[in-house]
Amino acid sequence: MRALCWEAPAKVGVHTVPDPTLLDSRDAIVKVTSTAICGSDLHLYDGYVPSVEPGDVLGHEFMGEVVELGSEVTNLRVGDRVVVPFPIACGQCRSCKRGLTSICENSNPNAGLAEKIMGHSPCGIFGYSHMTGGYAGGQAEYVRVPFADVGPLPVPDDMTDEQVLFLTDILPTGYMGADLCGIEPGDVVAVWGAGPVGYFAIQSAYLLGASKVIAIDRIPERLKLVEKLGAHAVDYEQTTVLEELRELTGGRGPDHCIEAVGMEAHTDITAIHVYDKAKQLTKSQTERPQAVREAVLSVANGGTVSITGVYGGFMDKFPIGSVMNRSVTIKAGQCHVHRYLRPLLEHIRRGDIDTTSVISHRLPLEEAPKGYDLFKKKKDGCTKVVLTPGG
Amino acid sequence: MQNPERTTDRLVRALGVASAGLGVPMLVRTDAVARFAGVDDDAGAPLVIQAVGARELVHAALLLLGPHRTVWTRVAGDAMDLAVLGRALADRKGERRARATAATAAVAAITAADVWVASRTLREQHGRGRPGPLQLHASVTVQQEPQEVYRFWRDFENLPTFMLHLRSVTEHGDGRSRWEANAPLRRSVSWDAELTGDEPGRRISWKSLPGSRVANAGTVHFAPAPGDRGTEVKVVLHYDVPGGRAGRLVAKLLGEEPEQQVRDDLRRFKQVMETGRVVRSDGLPSGADARHQVAQRPAQPVKSERASNHR
Ligand SMILES: NC(=O)c1ccc[n+]([C@@H]2O[C@H](COP(=O)([O-])OP(=O)(O)OC[C@H]3O[C@@H](n4cnc5c(N)ncnc54)[C@H](O)[C@@H]3O)[C@@H](O)[C@H]2O)c1
Ligand SMILES: [Zn+2]
Ligand SMILES: [Zn+2]
Repeated sequence: MRALCWEAPAKVGVHTVPDPTLLDSRDAIVKVTSTAICGSDLHLYDGYVPSVEPGDVLGHEFMGEVVELGSEVTNLRVGDRVVVPFPIACGQCRSCKRGLTSICENSNPNAGLAEKIMGHSPCGIFGYSHMTGGYAGGQAEYVRVPFADVGPLPVPDDMTDEQVLFLTDILPTGYMGADLCGIEPGDVVAVWGAGPVGYFAIQSAYLLGASKVIAIDRIPERLKLVEKLGAHAVDYEQTTVLEELRELTGGRGPDHCIEAVGMEAHTDITAIHVYDKAKQLTKSQTERPQAVREAVLSVANGGTVSITGVYGGFMDKFPIGSVMNRSVTIKAGQCHVHRYLRPLLEHIRRGDIDTTSVISHRLPLEEAPKGYDLFKKKKDGCTKVVLTPGG
Repeated sequence: MQNPERTTDRLVRALGVASAGLGVPMLVRTDAVARFAGVDDDAGAPLVIQAVGARELVHAALLLLGPHRTVWTRVAGDAMDLAVLGRALADRKGERRARATAATAAVAAITAADVWVASRTLREQHGRGRPGPLQLHASVTVQQEPQEVYRFWRDFENLPTFMLHLRSVTEHGDGRSRWEANAPLRRSVSWDAELTGDEPGRRISWKSLPGSRVANAGTVHFAPAPGDRGTEVKVVLHYDVPGGRAGRLVAKLLGEEPEQQVRDDLRRFKQVMETGRVVRSDGLPSGADARHQVAQRPAQPVKSERASNHR
């Protein structure tokens, strides 16, 4: 089959690789009909996530048709059209039973590797480094889906791929980012990053009752896109974010801050940016923490900072004093996609959430490397790339 | 419980810091150091002191960042320093001689400390063929009743499903069993063991019979975890690592990081208890057959022209 493989930092290619096979009686093989490039893929693409090896198949946002089933998967049939959550979850450990599927205790066979960096291991994830299991990803014609009796959700035939594809990751991720804030009526929410995750975090914050949502980014077409959702757009290159947010909230600061930027945050060339970048390049810090720092300093006293952006390891100059002295709550996590699938499918159906306007590029899988380049450099108005295998 | 290796680690790192503490003044306050050692009358002394200072900084880097055994480089350095001071002592009189004597005594004390720490590194339990007893611990919490967890473990024939180094265990039925483990070069090594303790739902102990090639003993404890958290499983394993070839065999069995291997074994045990299988990924395709995991392929080959078999 054809698949998008990581080759070296900033280099990916579409290659012919062995087809996946059933390795376990709870597996399914899914023939991918649509798959997307995620901001998280960019962290792998750029080489910031350890333990990605040349030849690894990337991709964790994918949906398609079930073509093979292990004997123990009784809730699916060959031919079902399914969306597949990016975290791999066993459904039987205590975390899974509590709905915290992205910290499934059994799905990462390389947990020992992750423990070395993080103390304890998160779940296994499709196409997301060997530290999260070494599972082949979904930017391919076929994928092996482990624990297929737990993850994949069949979707109604009258909904298009593009309507439901983002249930696999960025929609629930944005939703969880807002959900973790515990938004109450009247709350003002600020969202760092108007990328695809920010796009869904903004819609979710409104859905959960926010009175005003402020979006912070610098890419004009992204800021325009979220303005259409009703967000107040702030271009961080034109202003001082902390001051602007004070102005917009009567001096209080936003009640909740959602960080949807991640470890490659950008800043103007200031001393602190040079410091962060140098530390990241010499591997003495894995993150560029600009957005998290700003979110912590901006949030209102007693507020919440919800971190959805991905971080890999260690950061420097974290404003812990601001967190401690001002009763700030920090929430974070890879998204527990499974628990949000059904309710969000309903929201899409009812038209509460727009899932398609964020898509700017539709490419055949063969052109995936171009898709990575466009999405990475935010060129050509690129806000989200959807790939179709065999297309 | 104090882990002797942790103590050695702290001592080695402390010596590293001390090296830096000695090296820096030698480089920046060379004259003061020369006066202190009573050699301020020698035109060549500053150069020697600076060289020693630079060497101390190398020691510091090695000891702080490198493996423990680099502490032996300090012992070698001490020998050099004592030789140099001995010569200085020989041609000095009066107050300078007194200062040189004091400096020599200080270096001798440092040497003693270095030798003591260095000798500790010889006793380290790394399972890399160093003789001596080796004790390994690991714990995991399993979402099952203690009785269930106990029952699975009590059937020793189940152990190879999650213990990486075991090929098979055969129960003889009289509390004795034959264990076969993977040895280097696809060979195997086996030994007989007997059950030495059995408290249903709480504890199982076993021990290899006298004369076994791999002398070992183990105990696994089961205890209810708080709330609805299932069962806490705690394993303690003892290996006797003999010297020579037999020791190397045991070291191979235990791998580079024995403690990690036991933790990984327990993680697979949890997978089997909770999901009924050892979890397999495309990177680790031989999941259920634990012994194949050592031969895992890291990733998909970039160029393989095998055709699609789905269409
Ligand atoms: N928690 C999860 O489960 C999960 C799931 C999916 C994605 N993610 C992470 O969410 C993050 C965003 O993903 P995405 O797909 O939207 O990626 P993206 O790269 O398209 O979006 C990031 C946006 O942040 C903006 N940005 C950069 N620096 C900024 C700064 N200092 N202040 C404000 N905005 C800044 C960029 O201009 C860009 O528009 C990534 O880190 C991704 O890994 C997490
Ligand atoms: Zn993603
Ligand atoms: Zn689980």
